[in-house]
Amino acid sequence: MNTLFIILADGLVYASWLFLIGVGLTLIFGVLRILNIAHGSLYALGAYVGAVLVIAYFQDPARWPAGSFFVLLTAAVLVGLVVGPPLERGLLRRMYGRDPALQLIVTYAVFLILEDLIKVLFGVNPYYAYKPFGLLGNVSLAGVSYPYYYLLLLLVAITAGALLWLFVNRTRFGRLVVAVIHDAEISTALGINLPRIYVTTFTLGVILAALGGAFTAPMIAVVPGIGVEVIVLAFAVIVIGGLGSPEGAALGALIVGLVRAAAVHLVPELELFIIYLVMAIVLLVRPQGLFAQAEVRRI
Amino acid sequence: MNRKTWGAALVILLLFAGLGAVLPSWVVFLLTLGLAKGLAVLSVVLLMRAGLVSFGQALFYAAGAYAAGFALRRAGIHEAFILLAIGALTAMGLAALIGLIITRYREIFFGMLSLAFSMAFYGVLVKAYDITGGTDGIGIPPPTVLTMPVAAGQLRLVTYYLALGCVAVMLYLIRRYAHSPLGYAARAVRENEVRVAYLGGSVQRAIYLTYVLAAGLCGLGGVLVAFTVGHIDPQLSYWTTSGEFVFVALLGGTSSVAAPLGSAVLYELIKSYAFKYAPYTWQMVLGLIMLVIIFFLPGGLWTLVERAQRPRQGQEVRG
Repeated sequence: MNTLFIILADGLVYASWLFLIGVGLTLIFGVLRILNIAHGSLYALGAYVGAVLVIAYFQDPARWPAGSFFVLLTAAVLVGLVVGPPLERGLLRRMYGRDPALQLIVTYAVFLILEDLIKVLFGVNPYYAYKPFGLLGNVSLAGVSYPYYYLLLLLVAITAGALLWLFVNRTRFGRLVVAVIHDAEISTALGINLPRIYVTTFTLGVILAALGGAFTAPMIAVVPGIGVEVIVLAFAVIVIGGLGSPEGAALGALIVGLVRAAAVHLVPELELFIIYLVMAIVLLVRPQGLFAQAEVRRI
Repeated sequence: MNRKTWGAALVILLLFAGLGAVLPSWVVFLLTLGLAKGLAVLSVVLLMRAGLVSFGQALFYAAGAYAAGFALRRAGIHEAFILLAIGALTAMGLAALIGLIITRYREIFFGMLSLAFSMAFYGVLVKAYDITGGTDGIGIPPPTVLTMPVAAGQLRLVTYYLALGCVAVMLYLIRRYAHSPLGYAARAVRENEVRVAYLGGSVQRAIYLTYVLAAGLCGLGGVLVAFTVGHIDPQLSYWTTSGEFVFVALLGGTSSVAAPLGSAVLYELIKSYAFKYAPYTWQMVLGLIMLVIIFFLPGGLWTLVERAQRPRQGQEVRG
């Protein structure tokens, strides 16, 4: 019983992290039809900027400790606004409608560039921004001590998901985005400003990636290469959910999070590849993922 | 293939063989590495010609390397040619199994599923510490060639000639494949899969066989890398390795079989120089080069060769 509870709790925490790293990727794919390999680097960038800003924030001990959470949030938005628009307008814009292999490799090139840019900007030494993590103290659940920070992570993931849902389904701009997802060409003919939709969605996706990174920063030592592993995890999560579907990303994250937590506690040997196993099984049963619609083959 | 192309191929082969004897040892090492990776890149190109982008060819690369490693360390098989065969056949066997599932998918789903399989294999290699040595990997002792042991000083040169021999044989086989009904079917699948099916061709068979053959190439490349480097680790199966293959494939272009090999060798040279002169920014240099090529030479570096050839062909027609 206790193990079950721990698996559930661990799984939920891991799922919220997975959702944060996956949802931006699936959003970008849904609208731009580009699978962004550099997503992991944007996550890493968010982690670095978050860590640097938090460390700077705590230079002055008189500052309000809980303010550091807003600093993390600011870091994510900052990264999104600085990196998102130039990347989309300068580079990805030229790739729309091209060979998918070329699109993939362009984002792979961006990944390589960003990985080194991070080393140039921030150096190769680790950053420790642990303060926000310990700030909230621990909570005892079923005899196990959990940091409150994990609950905060869950809260951040749920809030981000809910806001995104409201944005897409309840605002005018969101409706336009849905129209573009269904048919970009007809949307343009109807007078929708396609470039604006693209640049906004991409920036939003980058902010989400950076948000995942920024809120991860207090839990880890921020070192070069943290984005490399993230990208394949994010891929797995959104492929399970169905490419282009934020709801799918949530479900995919939940499945992967719970299964991995179960593996860690029950059969630790499986930990590293259980995620890919789940992904393979889901694709076998439902090739297009759980939430995406099957596409008609054209002659 | 006319006599002229055969002649050119033979000259290039002899040139490379001669280069091995003249060039300093470290260049030979890089060339060998380039040729071995070139085989893996060729396998990515074969699949691309059938319209499939694999982001998991590293699986077969690692499978070949580890199969040879186990045969050397555990079964006591030291003969290089047998090890090469073991590596290629293991990779093909694995592909025959995975292919049953994966060849039902296309486009991004094929890419992601291949990525998943290679990452799962990576997980196995890391976790099965007792058998694979985990992330430490396995050291590969020098093999024997035709039962003759290789002297330590000669190892690089011998491996180079092994790689060159493998590449020559494989290029011949790929040529045969490309001009066989199977090769044409695979190319037609890329153009329009549904039409191929309507015309009575078996899309499934063409893709499945191409997938298995491509895996064999990768396995062979893996064994050669194991010989060259003398050490194998799970990184061989990591997604960045597969990404590198796709990267090099597009760098060279997919229209010729010589392009992947040339670009793999070039890539190794660029990489080692970039690594020497810009140790913290060599990936950035590679990324920028790639972006420049995508925007100015979307067909890859081979476009330059084709451009150079075109006027000459025009003259021939007139003459």
